[in-house]
Parts: sequence; C-alpha cells; structure tokens
Amino acid sequence: MLSFENVGLRYGVGPETLRDITFNIAPRSFQFLTGPSGAGKTTLMRLIIMALKPTRGLINIFGRDSATLEKDEITETRRQIGVVFQDFRLLDHLTVYENVALPLRVLGREEAGYRSEVIELLKWVGLGERKHSLPTVLSGGEKQRASIARALISQPKLLLADEPTGNVDPTLARRILRLFVELHKSGTAVVIATHDLSLMDQYEAARRLVLADGRLHIFE
Amino acid sequence: MAPPPLLAALLARAGALRKQNGAAEEDAPAFRSPLVPTDSVAGRSLVIVIAIMTFLAALAAGAALLVSQASVEWRAEASSEASLQLRPTPGRDMEADLKKAAEILRNTPGVRDAQIYTKAESEALLSPWLGEGLDLSELPTPRIIVVKLDPKQRPDLLILRADLAEAVPSAVLDDHHLFLERLGDMARAAVAVSALIFILIVGAMGIAVASATRAAVATNREIVEVLHIVGAADTFIAREFQRRFLALGLRGAAIGGGAAIAFLLLARILTRSWRATAGAEQLEAMFGDFSIGPEGFVIILMLAGGIALVTGYLSQAIVLRHLRRLG
Repeated sequence: MLSFENVGLRYGVGPETLRDITFNIAPRSFQFLTGPSGAGKTTLMRLIIMALKPTRGLINIFGRDSATLEKDEITETRRQIGVVFQDFRLLDHLTVYENVALPLRVLGREEAGYRSEVIELLKWVGLGERKHSLPTVLSGGEKQRASIARALISQPKLLLADEPTGNVDPTLARRILRLFVELHKSGTAVVIATHDLSLMDQYEAARRLVLADGRLHIFE
Repeated sequence: MAPPPLLAALLARAGALRKQNGAAEEDAPAFRSPLVPTDSVAGRSLVIVIAIMTFLAALAAGAALLVSQASVEWRAEASSEASLQLRPTPGRDMEADLKKAAEILRNTPGVRDAQIYTKAESEALLSPWLGEGLDLSELPTPRIIVVKLDPKQRPDLLILRADLAEAVPSAVLDDHHLFLERLGDMARAAVAVSALIFILIVGAMGIAVASATRAAVATNREIVEVLHIVGAADTFIAREFQRRFLALGLRGAAIGGGAAIAFLLLARILTRSWRATAGAEQLEAMFGDFSIGPEGFVIILMLAGGIALVTGYLSQAIVLRHLRRLG
C-alpha cells in the first residue's frame, strides 16, 4: 500500500531531518509512529500525504511512485487517505456537520446524497447534538472527534492520525484508540503518530515505528 | 461514545435509514456555507471599490453614448440646411440678385425651401459682434438665404453652384460640410476619450480584483491547505474563490450600476426642470435632454453584469495560476 525506500529530507541547505527512512505499510495494518517531540513524526506524515517532497529516495503509494504523480493524480491519491491533524485543522466558519462533510463536498457530491451518512457518523463519534455548532465553541475533545469524523467520512484506505489523543483526557483517549482499532478491524490501515507510551501499551498488537535522530527503527 | 460497528456497515445503515423514512434529513443543516468566507473587511472594501469603478465606468459609457447620440442629432440637423451668402457687388441690384438666387434654389430638386433673410434680419445676425443700436445701412453687409434641404434626396451641389455662379456671380453656397466635419471630429474625440477613461477604469478595477484575490488566497491559506488535503482539486478550490468574488462583484456592480442609473435619471429630471433657464438651453443644445434612452440603461445593466462576471472569472484564473505554481 505504502513504502518508503531510503527516503531523506532536508530543508534548504541544512542537515537532513529524516535519513534513510525505509518501511512499508500493509493494507489492514495498524502501527504507532512514535519518537520524542521534534523527531520528525509530523514531517513523515506530511511526506505520506505528499504535502512535502523528499530530497532523495523513493516513496511508493498505492502502487505508484509519488515523484511521477501529476497534480490531479496526487488529488486522487489524497482522497484515499484520511488525516487527523494534531491541531485539528477544522474550518472555523463551517459548522461541525459541514466540516465533517467536507471530503464528500469537494468530490462534488450532492448534499442530499451524503446527509444521512454524515449525521450517522456524527452520532457515532458522539457529536450528534453538536452538528450545528461552530468549531470555536467546541471543547478540545469534541474538536478531536470532529476531526476524526472528517478523516473517516470518505472511508479511506489509509488513516493517518497525528497525536490524536494529545488534547484529551485519558478516558477519552482510550475511547478514541478503541475507535481506531475498530476501524482497523473494518479494513483500514491505520498509522497513529504519538509520543504517549501509555496509549501504545493499550494496543500491544500494533507495530511500532520509532523515529530517533532522523532515522526510523521498526519493532514488529 | 458507544463501541462503533464497522464504518462501512454504519454508512450502509445510514443509507438504508435514508431510504426507509428520511428521518435523518429532518434534522439536517438548513444551509451550506461558502468554503471561502465572503464577509470580511477586505471583501467589503472590494465591494466599495467595484461599486465606485462601476459607477465611473457607467458614467463614462453614458457620456460616450450621450455625445454620440447628440452628434448624430446635430449632424442630421446641420446637414439638412445650407446657406447662400450674397456679397454686395458694385453695379448689381442686391434685391434682384436675391430673388433670382432664391428662385433658382426653389426650382432645384432636393431643395425644400429657400428663405431670404431681410436686411434687418441679416443685420440682427451681426449684432452679437458689433453691438446693438448701430446704423449699418451704410455698410456693405452681406445678405443670407437660408436653404432647407431634403436630407433623403440632397441636390447635386456642384450643378447648383454652377447654376448660381452663372446667374448671380457673387453668391457663395455653404453646405456646412466644414462645420459638420469638425462636429464629427469633436464627437469622435469625445467618444474616444470616454472609451479610454472606461478602459482605464476597467483596467484599474482588474488590478484591484487581482490583488484582492491574491490577498484572499494568502489570508485563507489554511483553508486552501485543508481543502487540498481532504482531496479538493485545484479547479474546485478556484471555483470556490470564483463564487466568492462573483458574489462580491455582483454586490459592487449592483450598487455602482444602480447609482449610475439613479444619477442619470436625476440629471434628466433636473435638466427638464431647469429647461427655462439660459444655461439649460445651452446644455440641451449640446446634449439633448440628458436622456440616454432605454438602450442606454440596458447598456449600463449589461456593463454591471459584465463587471461582476469579469471579477469572478479573473479571480478564478488568478487562483488557479497561483495553485498550479504551488505545485
């Protein structure tokens, strides 16, 4: 599904932030991406969603070399990836419903065709009563769940979540993890970037990708 | 948060629910917000700029229309008239020459009328230059015959001049063609200046829209990034910006176009109410009754609509170029 081969990234003329990164993500797999703050977890996520280009190496995504993808092919590829951002990235002028429906709206689908799906998903993540609210009045946990719902609505093949439990209490963190595990069981490949060791201990079956000093170490 | 079923099963259930009773639609959101926010300080400023530019562009177009309409009227009026001037010549009877010339004129096909100005009338024509109350009887003042021509079937002036020269050698027939040419040149120059002003205004507005679009893209950079990551194509994002700018353009053009129409209607009412004054007579002689007619108002409405459309399409093109450059 996704493979990195000797990928390196440097900003400008500085030292390499990421060095010789080699790994692959199999379909229906579950992995934690971890490492200390500033190790490059978010940067690696941005490479996966093609928001950054590597300075060397090969990234193969859904069977295609990412360096050869045209702009519209990148768009098409991104539609198969759901992303939960650490800072949520909800659009403040849209309601929770509109934020969650965004990936379907950008596909040009009619609102009547996806309305019930979005409402059902909002109920599922416990935001059924908050669908008309703007993100500015939501709590951190509610924003997190809205962000997760937005990443899931288009049923992606690969889900990337960057510190999805960074802004919530331990109880909610456990519930969110359970949600990701259920998703994984339903056939979605999941990558969760976190530095929360206790979260990782709750799901020991997951593979661990550890970033340190710009290099990646894999613990199966 | 209850333990979730499989996502696909959940979404399938949502679909089944919709088909069954449509209950989910009942509590659905009532509106769909624009993805690019429209109500911002920059947006309101752009509406004001577009309104002012549309107003000025409409006035420039209105002025061009007014002058061109008026010049057609002046030329139609002037081309249906000619004048024959008889200079006093020693040894010739002026009154007899006048009658002879008038007869030749009246018998020429294409001449509707030839009216001899009396000596008093001819002298009255000179009073603006020489002053009132002067005795001009001793001066060899020329005499005039005003000739009305049929604009549809104008006489052959070469033949007419030859006939007149034979019968009355001192007669000079003036068909006002020099005056008409100058009038035409002046009208064309006025229309060209108006068109130039119009082009400059539209160009300035284009620059204002372009920089407002770039500012909007910069301000909404995060929105653009999120849209890209959730899978929006560049064309989709550009269309969203186009929608926003079309809305702003429509608002500005409606205000500016409406103000221009109101201004021209007011000018018409005022010139009509001032008709009795000497100044208004001069204005009316120049520009008619300040009326651009229904087609003029249609042109202003089309102009306003065109400005709104150009605003939308220009912003779309700029956003698309910007996004493609981002790579």
